[in-house]
Amino acid sequence: MQDTILEARHIVKEFHDPVTVQVLTDITFKITKGEFVSVIGKSGCGKSTLLYILSTMDTDYKGELLIDQELMTGRSDVELARIRNEKIGFVFQFHYLLNEFSVIRNVMLPGLKLGRYSEQEVEHRALEKLKMLGIDHLATKEAYRISGGEKQRVAIARALINDPHIVMGDEPTGNLDTKNSEMVFEIFHELADVHNQTLLIVTHDQGFAERSGRIIEMEDGRIIRH
Amino acid sequence: MNAKLIFGIAKSLLLARLGQTLVAAVGVTFSIAMFITLLSFMNGLNDLLDGLILNRTPHVRLYNEIKPSEDQPINSAAAFKDSYNFISSIKSGISRQEIYNSGPILQAVKNDPRVLGATPKVTTQVFFNEGTIDITGVINGVDVEEEMRLFKFRDYVTAGNAINAKNVANSIILGKGLADILAADIGDVVQVTTVQGERFPLKVVGYFQSGIQEIDKVQSYASIVTAQKLMGKPANYITDIQVKLYDLAMAPAVAQEYRQKFNIDAEDIQTANSQFETGSNVRSIISYAVGITLLIVAGFGIFNILNMMIYEKMDSIAILKATGFSGRDVNSVFLVIALSIGFFGGMVGLLFGFIFSVIIDNIPFVTAALPTVKTYPVNYSPIFYFIGGFFSLITTYFAGFFPARKASRVDPVEIIRGK
Repeated sequence: MQDTILEARHIVKEFHDPVTVQVLTDITFKITKGEFVSVIGKSGCGKSTLLYILSTMDTDYKGELLIDQELMTGRSDVELARIRNEKIGFVFQFHYLLNEFSVIRNVMLPGLKLGRYSEQEVEHRALEKLKMLGIDHLATKEAYRISGGEKQRVAIARALINDPHIVMGDEPTGNLDTKNSEMVFEIFHELADVHNQTLLIVTHDQGFAERSGRIIEMEDGRIIRH
Repeated sequence: MNAKLIFGIAKSLLLARLGQTLVAAVGVTFSIAMFITLLSFMNGLNDLLDGLILNRTPHVRLYNEIKPSEDQPINSAAAFKDSYNFISSIKSGISRQEIYNSGPILQAVKNDPRVLGATPKVTTQVFFNEGTIDITGVINGVDVEEEMRLFKFRDYVTAGNAINAKNVANSIILGKGLADILAADIGDVVQVTTVQGERFPLKVVGYFQSGIQEIDKVQSYASIVTAQKLMGKPANYITDIQVKLYDLAMAPAVAQEYRQKFNIDAEDIQTANSQFETGSNVRSIISYAVGITLLIVAGFGIFNILNMMIYEKMDSIAILKATGFSGRDVNSVFLVIALSIGFFGGMVGLLFGFIFSVIIDNIPFVTAALPTVKTYPVNYSPIFYFIGGFFSLITTYFAGFFPARKASRVDPVEIIRGK
C-alpha cells in the first residue's frame, strides 16, 4: 500500500512578461511516500519553476496540485503558509539562514511557528536533528560563523524540524564542493532509506540523479522520462 | 506562542542593527522630549499670563451700573401707550452705585453650591495729597481674608503684611507705582481726600504689585470697614459682589441667572477678558503644531530605516515565508519593530521631557512686573505626557505601516530564484 504524497495534474505555467511564454506544458505525475525523486533537465527547461509550483509558493498556474491528497490550488496565502510550515521542508542552493539567530534557533524557527510542541520540546527535537546530521556541536554558534557545508546541513535540519511529508530541494548541492556535495547526498540517502523520508530534489548533477531512487527528466517544459 | 515568536524575531532584528535602531529611537526621543518641554513651558507661561488677570478677576461680578433708566415716565403714561416716544438728552438719574439689599444677595450667592466663595467690595475714587499735588487714585475696600483666600491677594502684596490692612485701623496697601509717586514708605501716613471733600489720614501697611504697571499706579487696597468710613457710608454699603465659582466655564450662565434673579448687573469673566482666552488658545495651538511636526519628522526617519532594513532582510523575509510564515506574520514582525522603537524612544523622550521641564523650572526669571515669579513657569500637566506617549505610538505605527506591508508582499520565489 503506497500513499500518494504529491500529485500534479495537468499543470501549465506561462510567463506573461514581456511576451507570453509557456514554460510548463501539461505536467502530470505522482510521488508516493518514501520515494527519493530527482528532477533533471537542462537549464531553462522549467524544473525550478515546477518546484516552486509544487512547493505552493507560486500560485499562478493552471491545473491542479494535491499534497497529502488534499487540493492546494486556489487556497489562501495564510492556509498555504501553514501547509508549507507543516508538510514541506525546503533546502535551497543558498542556505538562507538568518544571521541574527544562532544555529539552533534557525532550526527551531519553523517548529516554533507550527506550535505543535512546547519551546523546550522544539529545542530538544532541533538538537536531535543536528545530532543526526553530525553538527550538534555547532548548535549555539551564530549562523554566520560556520562553514558553507555546515550551513547547508543546518538548512537540512531546519527542513526536517516539523517531520514534513516531503522535503524539496532546489540544487541543494549546487554551491558545494565535491566533498560536501557527497556528504549532503549521503544525508538524503539516509533520510530516504532509514527514515522513509520522501524527497524531491531538483538538480543538474547527473551523477547525483542516477544514484537517487527515481529520475524525472524534463525538456522544454515537458516531462520526457519518469 | 505565535505572538511570542513574532516578538522574538522582531527583537533579534532590532538588536542585530542596534546602531540604526538607536538612531531611529533617538529621533523619537528627541521629538517627544521637545514636545513635552515645549508644551509644559508654553502652558506654564499661559497659566502665568492668564493668572495675572484671571486670579485677580472675579468669575462673576455683581454691581449696579450708573446708566439712564430704560423706563422713562412717558412710557408708563396711559395717553402715550400706543405712540413712539422720542426723548432726547436723557441723563442718568440719581441712581446709587450701592447694591440694593446687598446682605441677603451675598448670603444667597454664598449658599449657591456652584460658588467657591463670594466677597463684598467697595470701590471709591479718592485724591492722594502729595504736598500741593493731588493724585487721583482708587481705593478698593475688601474683605481681606476672603480676598486672600479667593484671589491670592497675599501673593501680590510684595512688602508688608496683607492681613495688617484688616488688623490696623485706618490702614492702606498702596500700589507700588502709586507708593513711588507718593514717596511713601511702610509705616508712613498718607493723606487722602474723598469725593465728598473730606480729608483722611491713612497708614501705609504694605505695597501691592499686580504685574500691570497701569493698575499699580492707581489702585490701592483697604479693609472694607476703612473704605466705608472713608465714604461716610454704613456697614451694609457695598458696590460690588465678587463671585468665584468652582468651574470657570459656568460663569456666563451663572451671570445670566443672577442678573434675572437679583435684578442687578452681572458681568462674567469671559466677557470681561475675552482677549486672554484667545491668546492662550493661539499659543497652545502653536506649541501643539510644532510638537507634532517634530514627531512627523521622526516618523519619516523611522520609515526610512525600516525601508532599508527590509531591503537588507529580503533573504530572511523570503525564507520565513518559504518555511511557513504568512504575509500577516511578516507584517506583524515589522510593525512590532516600528512600535517598539516608538514605545522605547517615546518612554525615554517623556523622561527627558520631564527633566528638561525641571531644568527650565529652575532657571531664575526675576522681573519687577511679576513679584511672585522667581523662575520660569512650567506646567507639569500629565495630559501632555499622555498625548506625547500616544502620538509617539501613532506616528511610529504609520511610519511602520507601509514598510511592513511591503515586506508582507515580498514574493519568496522571486528572491530565491534570483540567487
